Amino acid sequence: MFEKIILPVIVFIALGIATGTLLAVATKVFAVKKNEKAERINECLPGANCGGCGFSGCAALAEAISAGEAKVTQCTVGGAEVAAKIAEIMGVEAASAVRMRAQVMCSGTHELAKKKYVYEGVADCVAAAKIGGGNKLCPNGCVGLGTCVAACPFDAITVEDGVAVVDYTKCKGCGVCANVCPKGIIKLIPFDSKHWVGCMSDNVGKITRQVCDVGCIACKICEKNCPTGAITVDNCMAHIDYSKCTGCDICVDKCPRHIIWSGEVQGKLGLVIKRVGNTDK
Amino acid sequence: MENIFLIMFTAILTENFIFSRFYGCCPFLGVSDKPSTALGMGMAVTFVMTVSSAATWAVYHLVLVPAKMEYLKTIAFILVIATLVQFIEMFLRKFIPVLYSSLGIYLPLITTNCAVLGSALVNIEKGYSFPESVVFGFSAALGFTLAIVIFAGVRARLQFADPPKAFKGFPILLISAGLAAMAFSGFSGMKF
Repeated sequence: MFEKIILPVIVFIALGIATGTLLAVATKVFAVKKNEKAERINECLPGANCGGCGFSGCAALAEAISAGEAKVTQCTVGGAEVAAKIAEIMGVEAASAVRMRAQVMCSGTHELAKKKYVYEGVADCVAAAKIGGGNKLCPNGCVGLGTCVAACPFDAITVEDGVAVVDYTKCKGCGVCANVCPKGIIKLIPFDSKHWVGCMSDNVGKITRQVCDVGCIACKICEKNCPTGAITVDNCMAHIDYSKCTGCDICVDKCPRHIIWSGEVQGKLGLVIKRVGNTDK
Repeated sequence: MENIFLIMFTAILTENFIFSRFYGCCPFLGVSDKPSTALGMGMAVTFVMTVSSAATWAVYHLVLVPAKMEYLKTIAFILVIATLVQFIEMFLRKFIPVLYSSLGIYLPLITTNCAVLGSALVNIEKGYSFPESVVFGFSAALGFTLAIVIFAGVRARLQFADPPKAFKGFPILLISAGLAAMAFSGFSGMKF
């Protein structure tokens, strides 16, 4: 009776009390002061853990902000609203963070961009880009195998006709896609910018004409016609300075290659892109 | 000394925890999607298994054997291991924050890992002495790490594979795990 029932009970109660006491003492002795600031900042952050800020997650960013190692505007996803809340906790002024969105700077769909070879390997842009720089003749063309689609934490990207397309109602501007794109043709531009140049070809016009039906040929017509001087043609491609662009649509009409795109703001859904141009190639 | 090497070789290769004993299959399939996370898990398991082998040996031989309660070893070991992991976690957070943050989420995850309990029970079953137990726990965990890192590499390839629809996802994972286990069964022919 004693050896079979009572002794085990006693031993286990003793063991339980011993381990319990050990833990109770340990909690007191090894207590670590929690970083209250970091916890409060973490509550303000979106919590998507997208990694767009360059840290491993929202908690890591909160830790870095509280230690002063990161800017209060570091979270591009949360934008101005979150930055203001964090600035309040940190007790500093928030320089307003501009909300960004990702834009794929290529318009070379299957029928418009000419192919170098038929690619039949793994469906991954990084792998394809290692074989002669992808299957499009243009060295700056979208590979279209969806590495950005897989990387996007918000499911905002799809590949249509061989070119990645961003859904602006879902894009938070975290920039993860821009980092994984082996071609570097995804750029972050201000969320409400109306125009962008859908090409990053740095070849001279003659070569661009040979490889793609819509590539920028650096004819400088946009540069000459822009009333505010927002467009410059440099390194054989047109660039728009978004701080100067007024969204007047003149460049869209003048571009002989229809490579300058125009989007328009619609209601509260954010930016919805109307595909103009590229219709009469 | 020879005995120690034999224990290490057996624990890492011929009786690999995952591929021949099938302990710890949950983290093996759950946290092997990236080699870096797999390595983190492996490190945490190595750490806990080494310490718990020592602790459970002590509890068994100093408490359970004198009280003639050997048949209650499983439940006693669960209690000891759970406490130990909690304790180590608090200790690390206070004194070695670098190690704490690198082990991260994996440490609490393995509190109830069957591989950790398994190593404690195998130690008793094989009648190992104290140093032998510690070496066995350490090398069994190394074997676990080896297996999980290898499998993370296999999974990286699987992402680009195009298996038939019925095999997509989990089924093809289990099949690849089986193939890896078959490769490891080649070691079982080695006798000393």
